[in-house]
Amino acid sequence: MELLKQIVFFLFVALTLASAMVVVFHKRIIYSAFALLFTFFGVAALYVYLAADFLAASQVLIYVGGILTLIIFGVFLTARITTLEIPDETHQRYIALIPVVLLGVGLFWMIYTTPWGSVVRPVEPTTKDLGKLLLTDYLVPFEVASMLLLAALIGAMRLARFYKGTDD
Amino acid sequence: MNNLTTYLAISAALFILGVLAMMTRKNAVSVLMGVELVLNAAGLNFVAFSRYGAGNLNGQAAALFIMIVAAAEAAVALAIFLNLYRLKATAEVNKADSLKW
Repeated sequence: MELLKQIVFFLFVALTLASAMVVVFHKRIIYSAFALLFTFFGVAALYVYLAADFLAASQVLIYVGGILTLIIFGVFLTARITTLEIPDETHQRYIALIPVVLLGVGLFWMIYTTPWGSVVRPVEPTTKDLGKLLLTDYLVPFEVASMLLLAALIGAMRLARFYKGTDD
Repeated sequence: MNNLTTYLAISAALFILGVLAMMTRKNAVSVLMGVELVLNAAGLNFVAFSRYGAGNLNGQAAALFIMIVAAAEAAVALAIFLNLYRLKATAEVNKADSLKW
């Protein structure tokens, strides 16, 4: 049972990283958008392994149901849809490797040389405790986040609206 | 194998891929996908630390706020891309150079 759990875990890790690589390297942007779906699902599965049940559900609802739909709409609205083969060129491919490799070496060196603590939180339902936390310790950030969402809603509508007869 | 280091390595790999997408892609929507990968990596890091580092739920609350900000940011970014497309008839980031002298 433990072995099966490990195998499934590594399958999910492979799914996440492989689809993230498709997102970054595929030439057609629609394929990238659909690969992003699998990345989000893989991250949700990793949340389940980390005993974050509420976050896994929110990940599927918000990222897959909201953000990914928005991104696919964005692809279709900003491309001439005569074919689904919307290409996406890359630029500065080699010069980008320098900071990325430096960043990667630094991050992995930091991760593998730091002695991390090993307090393990027990596996238990998190929704109730998370809700309590949001309405006590994180009440002000919670309200600020709702204001941010309202402002983003109004701002996005104002920006995306087409005004006839004006240059706006 | 299921320890903090594994999760940190996965999230570092996701972060690097996201940065690479932001730097090399030309289409603005692809750049936004790179940003989403980076935000997912940060959220994964927070949840991993919540499970193995601190032993409380503060990390999960932070990951929830990351999701909220990601949703707001995606909506505003796509509205900006629509305007860019309307003005320049392209969604490529290197064509938005009106401020360049």
